[in-house]
Amino acid sequence: MLSIQNLHANIDGKEILRGINLDVKPGEIHAIMGPNGAGKSTLASVLAGRADYEVTEGSVTFWGKDLLALAPEERAGEGLFLSFQYPVEIPGLSTTNFIKSAVNEVRKYRGQDALDAVSFLKLMKEKMALMNMDQVLLSRSLNEGFSGGEKKRNEIFQMAMLEPKLAILDETDSGLDIDAIRIVANGVNKLRNSENAVLAITHYQRLLDYIVPDFVHVLYQGRIVKSGTKELAYELEEKGYDFIKNEINIEEQV
Amino acid sequence: MKTELEINPTNTQIELDPSLEEVVSGEYKYGFTTNIEADEAPKGLNENIIRFISAKKNEPEWMLEWRLKAYQQWLKMKEPNWGNLQYPPIDFQDIIYYSAPKQKITIDSLDDIDPELKRTFDKLGISLDEQKRLSGVAVDAVIDSVSIATTFKKELAEQGIIFCSISEAIQEHPELVRQYLSSVVPVTDNYFTALNSAVFTDGSFCYIPKGVRCPMELSTYFRINAENTGQFERTLIVAEAGSYVSYLEGCTAPIRDENQLHAAVVEIVALDDAEVKYSTVQNWYPGDKDGKGGIYNFVTKRGICKGNNSKISWTQVETGSAITWKYPSVILKGDNSVGEFYSVAVTNNYQQADTGTKMMHIGKNTKSRIVSKGISAGFSQNSYRGLVQVAKQASNARNFSQCDSMLLGDKCGAHTFPYIEVKNSTAQVEHEATTSKIGEDQLFYCNQRGIDTETAVALIINGFAKEVMNQLPMEFAVEAQKLLAISLEGSVG
Repeated sequence: MLSIQNLHANIDGKEILRGINLDVKPGEIHAIMGPNGAGKSTLASVLAGRADYEVTEGSVTFWGKDLLALAPEERAGEGLFLSFQYPVEIPGLSTTNFIKSAVNEVRKYRGQDALDAVSFLKLMKEKMALMNMDQVLLSRSLNEGFSGGEKKRNEIFQMAMLEPKLAILDETDSGLDIDAIRIVANGVNKLRNSENAVLAITHYQRLLDYIVPDFVHVLYQGRIVKSGTKELAYELEEKGYDFIKNEINIEEQV
Repeated sequence: MKTELEINPTNTQIELDPSLEEVVSGEYKYGFTTNIEADEAPKGLNENIIRFISAKKNEPEWMLEWRLKAYQQWLKMKEPNWGNLQYPPIDFQDIIYYSAPKQKITIDSLDDIDPELKRTFDKLGISLDEQKRLSGVAVDAVIDSVSIATTFKKELAEQGIIFCSISEAIQEHPELVRQYLSSVVPVTDNYFTALNSAVFTDGSFCYIPKGVRCPMELSTYFRINAENTGQFERTLIVAEAGSYVSYLEGCTAPIRDENQLHAAVVEIVALDDAEVKYSTVQNWYPGDKDGKGGIYNFVTKRGICKGNNSKISWTQVETGSAITWKYPSVILKGDNSVGEFYSVAVTNNYQQADTGTKMMHIGKNTKSRIVSKGISAGFSQNSYRGLVQVAKQASNARNFSQCDSMLLGDKCGAHTFPYIEVKNSTAQVEHEATTSKIGEDQLFYCNQRGIDTETAVALIINGFAKEVMNQLPMEFAVEAQKLLAISLEGSVG
């Protein structure tokens, strides 16, 4: 469903992504790992369409469409979802209202009628039960005063409501304790099926104990330098990123 | 009394540029004119014009005397210039002070209304029969200078509630009008109140008898239709002891290149244990994208909590007008009385708003609460100006003020001018102020969830203004939310 070819991207004239290649098929979970500054979050932002980044080379297709030609909201309509590392707060806007707008805007993009209040509430109830989501959280202003764990749960809840084809989890585990990680990961797992895919971006292996990847890719200096199965994640955890850096440096010297 | 002036019925037919029919997003959506024959006075202001107005309205002698006296006072006064506003001088002789639709005013049934006029109401979204059937809102509609139809009068009368045009009240209830008119806002309060007193042409009168809780929202819809007409309404609300009323006021005006003047006066009197809630959605034509045209809105609104334990609450959503100069105030005279002011003021393009409130604490244990939300976009200037005054004898007075500003873009301005005068040491006065900008991060977050930027701005703005919007009656809240979104379309991105 997602095919990234030789993707290069800059921010403020500085090249961050330097030739990414990646293919994601329905039903797959891919993990992107890498040291700080490798370009992991940049990759997530570029895929979602954040304006600060400039794509200088390469292409991205999503279900056959040129993803880079679409506005961020159109990408969402096509079924791309980004779980933010730092979800923003919007004071005064209730989480429920926000999600209702999102659901209906996405439906509009897909040529579907907006959900009326009753159908929307029914869908909410269903997903709340599935995700163990607290009603109180949903009536509060969007992310305002939420704990780190609550913000991430809210992200995954929105994912459940929007039913994306591709979910990009940007450091969803950062700042969470082990219980919170488990709750969030369980949510993601419940939403998995053979039609959708997950791109999990993480610094640590521990998230991958709960969201078990089919493929692990190591991102370093703007490129995927090593790909493997989940065992690669354990190897990284054990040896640290230095072993990758050393391998690269040796290759470059050769 | 006879007047020497010719009544000159002109047909105020002004065709709209067809392109306006396909108004693109962000443009004023109420910019149609109604093709109704109007009776109007010639331009300019002098004693004869005032006599003409008074005669047209078949007023008693005392009313004419009152107007003429106001006019004499006005001649001696100077236009205020302390507001944070810039506009060319107003030529008060270039304004038509009276314009009435030529329609016969006494209407028994809604079916008798000019179909053209009915369509105007429909476009405004206040189709009278719809309103009557569905929402249970009593509407007193004012087009240009005369009140056209008052619905629900009978139902209200059964409870002793008087809800009619001020002209009718002058005829039918002179004793009440004489007792309360200018008792809250003196004729010489300011330049525009004196002008209004001299030339006001219509407005609403509302009287709630002792102990009566008005069973429905009372609503007045104002609209400036004829060219070069000023609109000078006068509204008077009297709530007797233990009564309650919620009053709504909505305003729109058609698109005109020239600036039109609107100078209204609203007075509220609340006696012991009475409560008055006054809500305004002001959507006068704000001028075009380059700042051409638009209404000059100079309004004096003031209420007095005359009795103990009384309460007056102002809620305003201000999205229109080229110039807004308006400070709905409360005089807290009765002990334990409460004054509230909730405001959302939106300015876009070249609009200028200088608005806020005055809370004057005189009685003991009086409380006031001020929540002001200013939203500025384009090249606009948005100022909050507020005065909290605690008199020497006003022990245990409390005030809380919160003034938040939000900026969209970097060419607009937000200003806050809070004045506090406290003469009693037991007073507690708090003031909080914030200024924020809509962040790129907030917009991107919304975009990523499938919400386009315009809708995202509307969501963020409505969130920002929520505390005030929550004060509006349901029927108005929805309209007001849409208005906020419409006013800011095209201001980001």
